[in-house]
Amino acid sequence: MSDQHFGAHAAHLHAAPRPFWPPLAAGIALGLVLLATFLFTGHGLGATGFFTLAAAWVGMQAAPAATAANEYLSPMAGAGALSGSWITWQVVGVILGGFLAAATAGRFHVQVEGSRKYGAGRRLLLALAGGMLAGFGARLATGCTSGLGLSGSATLAVAGFVFLGGFFVAGLLVSRLPLLRK
Amino acid sequence: MDTGIIVSGLLCGVLFGYVLENAGFGSGCKLQAQFQLRDWSVFKVMFPAVLVAAIGLEALRSFGLLQPESLYIPTTALWPMLLGGGLVGAGMAVGGYCPGTSAVGFASGRVDALVFLVGLVAGTWVFALAFPGLEGFMSAGQGPDRQTLGDLLGVSNWVVLAALVAAAAGGFFFGGRMERSGPGPVTVEEALGDGR
Repeated sequence: MSDQHFGAHAAHLHAAPRPFWPPLAAGIALGLVLLATFLFTGHGLGATGFFTLAAAWVGMQAAPAATAANEYLSPMAGAGALSGSWITWQVVGVILGGFLAAATAGRFHVQVEGSRKYGAGRRLLLALAGGMLAGFGARLATGCTSGLGLSGSATLAVAGFVFLGGFFVAGLLVSRLPLLRK
Repeated sequence: MDTGIIVSGLLCGVLFGYVLENAGFGSGCKLQAQFQLRDWSVFKVMFPAVLVAAIGLEALRSFGLLQPESLYIPTTALWPMLLGGGLVGAGMAVGGYCPGTSAVGFASGRVDALVFLVGLVAGTWVFALAFPGLEGFMSAGQGPDRQTLGDLLGVSNWVVLAALVAAAAGGFFFGGRMERSGPGPVTVEEALGDGR
C-alpha cells in the first residue's frame, strides 16, 4: 500500500464525513422551521434583505457621499440599520447553524469547490459572476430563493411561484451554456 | 438595540442554516447538479418544505388559530419577479449558489461561496446605481395585493394544496427516475473532494 493511499485511508477512519440527510426528511425539517418562523415572527425566512443592508453599510464605509445620495440604498444606510434588523441576525444564525452542522458531521472543509472541474481561478471568477447576477436579480424580484421562492410560496402567494418559474427555467437553460462545461 | 430581534433572528437562522447544510445545500456542485438534472435535491427539499409550511399555515387559519392579516404575503409584480427569479437561477447555474445557500457554503469552509457573497454585494450595488432607470419596471405586471394561487384561480387554498401535493409526487417520481438513469445525486464525498 502506498503512503498516499494509507494516509487517505487513515484520514477517512478519523473523520468520515456523515452523508447528507435524505431530501424528503430535510424538506420536512425545513418546512417545520419555516412554519415555526411564520408563527414566531409573522414572516418567513430570507437572505437577500441582509445583502442589501450590507451593500448600503459597505457603501457608507467606502463612499459615504455616493451612498447617501443613492436613491435606492440611502434609506437603508442609516446608523444601526444593519445591526437593528431581524434579517441580519437571521443570516448570522444561518452561518452559525451551517457551521455547527458541517463541523459536527465532519463536513467542514476549506476548499474551492468545483476547482477540479474548472480550475480554481476560473471557478472563483464564475462564483463572482454568479453572485453578481443573483445579487442584481434578487433586487429586481425584491426577494430571493429563500424569501420569495420558499417563504412566499409557503403563503401560496402567486409571487413565490412566479419567482420559482423564472428561477428553474433560467437555471436549466443557463447550465447548458458551453461556458460552464469542463 | 432590540434584544428580541437578535434572539429571534439568531434562533430562526441557526435552525435554517443547520437544516440547509444537512440537506447538502452548502455545496455549490450539488445545487448546480439540479439544473443538470443529475441531482433533484433542490426540488425534493424545497417542494416538501413549501407544502409542510403551507399546509400548517392553512390548517391553523382554518381552526382560527392564525389571523390571515398577521401573515406577510408578497404582492406579485410579474415581470420583475420573473426576470429577477431568472437572474437568481442563472446566478446559481453559473456561480453555484443563491444568497442563502452561499452563506451556508461559506460556513462549511467554501472559498467559492465567500466570493459569491462578495458578488452579491457587488450586484446589489450595480442594481442600486441602475435603479433610477429601473424604477418604473419594478411594478410591471403588478397583481392585486397579497394575491394567492387560490385567489387567482378562484378555488379554495385546499384545492391548490392538493394539486401541489400531486405535482410534488410527480416530480419525486420523474426526478428519481432521472437520478437513477445518470450518475446519481452528488454525495458528501464528491462535495468535499473537489478541492483536493
